[in-house]
Amino acid sequence: MTPSDSHPLALVAELTHRCPLHCVYCSNPEELIRRESELPTEDWRRVLKEAAALGVLQVDFTGGEPLARPDLTELVRAARAAGLYTSLITSGLPLDEKRLGDLVAAGLDHFQLSFQDAHEANADEFAGARSHVVKLRIAELVKRHRIGFTLNFVIHRQNLDHLEDMLGLTEQIGPGRAEFAHVQYYGWAFANLDRLMPTRAQLDRSLEILTGAAERLRGRIKIEYVVPDYYAKYPKACMGGWGRKVALITPAGEVLPCHAAKVLPGMQFDNVRDRSLRDIWERSNAFQKFRGEDWMPEPCRTCDRRTLDFGGCRCQAMLLTHNPAATDPVCSLAPDRHMVDKILQRVNATPPPAAPQVSEWMYRRNP
Amino acid sequence: MKPESTNRPRLAPGCRLNEKHQQPRTLLMPERALRLNGPSLEIVERCDGAHTVAQIVIELQKIYGKAKPEKVEQDIFDYLALLHEKRALDFE
Repeated sequence: MTPSDSHPLALVAELTHRCPLHCVYCSNPEELIRRESELPTEDWRRVLKEAAALGVLQVDFTGGEPLARPDLTELVRAARAAGLYTSLITSGLPLDEKRLGDLVAAGLDHFQLSFQDAHEANADEFAGARSHVVKLRIAELVKRHRIGFTLNFVIHRQNLDHLEDMLGLTEQIGPGRAEFAHVQYYGWAFANLDRLMPTRAQLDRSLEILTGAAERLRGRIKIEYVVPDYYAKYPKACMGGWGRKVALITPAGEVLPCHAAKVLPGMQFDNVRDRSLRDIWERSNAFQKFRGEDWMPEPCRTCDRRTLDFGGCRCQAMLLTHNPAATDPVCSLAPDRHMVDKILQRVNATPPPAAPQVSEWMYRRNP
Repeated sequence: MKPESTNRPRLAPGCRLNEKHQQPRTLLMPERALRLNGPSLEIVERCDGAHTVAQIVIELQKIYGKAKPEKVEQDIFDYLALLHEKRALDFE
């Protein structure tokens, strides 16, 4: 184990798992936290101060749907008072002009609005709720304020062929940034993997479109995208390395090194109700577990890339190989890479079909 | 995009400097933070929508009197263009 020699730069605050949407690729765990277990306002206020004192620069209020918390405006105010840059990661439901005005007045720096597609019927199908038209209205409201504005499109097998329309919608709305985020295969997305994973041809085409758009919109809208890691040669530096840059707090107050860490067996995550954030970050078993290089197996242990990708993603290793300490199987050097190749073979064997029947999706439930 | 001398650069929506008492001084923006010191801080502090690029150049040339004036000017134009590309600046 290596003691922490750095502090987190970002805090992901999952305020609630409640959400009006039921997205088929939701990153929340399959086991969701119920309202009565949610951390109360006073605890969040304290934690935000602790985070700033620990060196955190930015807090992302997310969920579930953070707007489901009636105390959100108060928490934004508390975060700003603590000196934090404050982002809201939201579906935009339920929000009106008055509440948005209150959030901005409380010091909200950045509003990130998710979109599921550019076509209403498809978007609502992936979200499992009528939401697309509401989001269009919310986008108009956000544009009236001088705050950071990002659109986030989650892209996958069933909507990649609409990518140009999504870019069209982006230009029409005119945010400062737009993220085109390939689905990451954890939680509900892992359950829906075969229906979501793009084909190689779709992926290649999408990268061509996105690089073109990034160039064309340079200086106007910052276009960001990443290659889905199953198709990559090397793993992603998940969360910038375990316990290096980011801490995530679940709605119940547990502190995790990443969104999906609850899938890892035998891990105990400390709660901000019992220990300070600094103590958990610096000394808890969970944060020490995969910090540094001591835990690494070969080929990571002697690999030149270990300081770039930190062995990849522990949760992906767990989901695919059932061994959380394995080299991330998406790595072309990993002994388990054949597992990823088998999945890619399967999803590339058939062309992307017309959208599957609604009944075939595994929709995210509500807690 | 390179700015014009008459532009008045202003931090883009969602971008701000942390408070004066917070160290190190940092330009905060969506999903990013840029640590600033020396000339970079002097420049960003003047991107307030009031200073023109020409005024920023003159003020920095005074602060960094030992540097070649044309070098200071060039560095400022390059840095402003870089921040603009990151969508951290509007040229108004």
